[in-house]
Formats: sequence, C-alpha cells, structure tokens
Amino acid sequence: MSGHNHMKLSFASRSENESFARVSVAAFVSQLDPTLEQLDEIKTVVSEAVTNAIIHGYDGRTDGIVTVEAEIDGDTISLSVSDQGRGIEDLDLARQPLYTSRPELERSGMGFTIMENFMDEFDVVSSEAGGTSLRMKKRIESKKALFN
Amino acid sequence: MKMSLQVELEQQRNVLIVRLRGELDHHTADIVRYKMEDAILRGRCDHVVLSLKDLQFMDSSGLGVILGRYKLIKGRGGKMVVCDTQPSVKRLFELSGLFKILSFYDSERSAVAGLEVVS
Repeated sequence: MSGHNHMKLSFASRSENESFARVSVAAFVSQLDPTLEQLDEIKTVVSEAVTNAIIHGYDGRTDGIVTVEAEIDGDTISLSVSDQGRGIEDLDLARQPLYTSRPELERSGMGFTIMENFMDEFDVVSSEAGGTSLRMKKRIESKKALFN
Repeated sequence: MKMSLQVELEQQRNVLIVRLRGELDHHTADIVRYKMEDAILRGRCDHVVLSLKDLQFMDSSGLGVILGRYKLIKGRGGKMVVCDTQPSVKRLFELSGLFKILSFYDSERSAVAGLEVVS
C-alpha cells in the first residue's frame, strides 16, 4: 500500500478516552501492515501523549479538547497530539528520564522517554498561551516487503 | 461502567498474588492502587507476586502505580516480584529500569517458590 491517507479525532479530556485514542490510531495504522510490536509501540505512544495532555495540559479537567491526527505517507506514519491547555514551562527538564512535575500523582516520569524510544522522530511545541503539541514520525517496514 | 482492567487478588500464606487482566493505563491505574493498597495494609501479606499473563497493555502510568506499590511493600520489609509478562509489557519494564529492581519469573509457581526461599 502506498500514497496518502489521514485522520483527525477530537475528544473530551477524559481518562476513559485514552484507550479510545490508542485503539483508533492502531486501527488506522493497521493498513500499513505493521508487526504486533510496532502496533504496540504506536498504542503506547498515543496513550502517553493523550495522558500527558489530560494530566499536565488540562490538570485533570474534563472540559478540555484533545486532538489526535495521524497521516500516512508511503510507509511512514506521522502523529500529532495537541491540547490547548497549560504549556510546558521547561521542555528540557520535562524530557529528562524519570522527571515528573507531579510526583504526588505517582507518575513514573517515563512518558517522554518512551515516546522518543518508540518513534523515529519526536518533537514538542509548547507555549503558555497555546498549549502543547507533540509531533512524531515512525517508518513502518511492511511485513510483505520483508518477506519478498 | 465497564472497566477495561480486572484485578484479582489471592492470598497464599504470607504472599499476595495480584492478577491483572486487560489494560493498565492512567484511567485504570487507580483501581490497582486502591485494591493493592487495601489488601497490603489490611491483610497479613509480607510479599506480593504481580501476575501479568493476561495484561494486554501497559503504559508509563502502569509503571508509576507498580513502582508506588513496590515502595510500599519494600518499606514494610517485603518483596515484590513479577511473573508471566507479555513481550510488550516486559519491554516497558526494561526501558524504565524497573527490570533491575524487580525479580521476574516465568510462572506464579516459580515466583511464589522464589519468595519462600527469601522470606
């Protein structure tokens, strides 16, 4: 399969939508014929990004909107997860493994580390006024291509 | 409302076996936290076996809640071990470094046996 395809989902910043988002993106990415491991990586990354938007962007408020966009271009999947909540004050600090701004919530501080590890490209755009947007890319080598 | 995670608890002598089935994320982490906390603080268990054969998905929120219970058990002088992990879940343990502080076993039986040697 090749060519362009894209999707966009907007939903309330409620924790029950974390599974909705990762399952939806996984279903969309399935057309690239990923391995189970690649699909698990994508699901985990979407879960991390959406959880961050809910906990950190909106401080757990349920009246925010989280937007997930996915785009397929050839064998590459691009993802963006955005909120219009409170931006990240110190990006370098936030990207440190094990760092969490909310230790009282029993966070592991591994979210960014996981996203950086599971994706080929990872970028954060954040501002106090405009919220946070995570943009990521991953190349999915088709199983068919590997066996041919 | 239907939860995407089920927690099953079983006490075997001084060991609490916690079986997680389904998906452990930020939304379901609280159930694990409350159920385990309750059993650990009220029960007479010294050690915990986390049995993850049917855990299909976990993210860093799951790591957070497991790390929190590990600290609680360790603070009470006990041990927490993990068994039967799916490859994707195991990978997250490795990536986070939790692999180094928790012991991993292939089955509940070997996990309980391993604890009884140290207790």
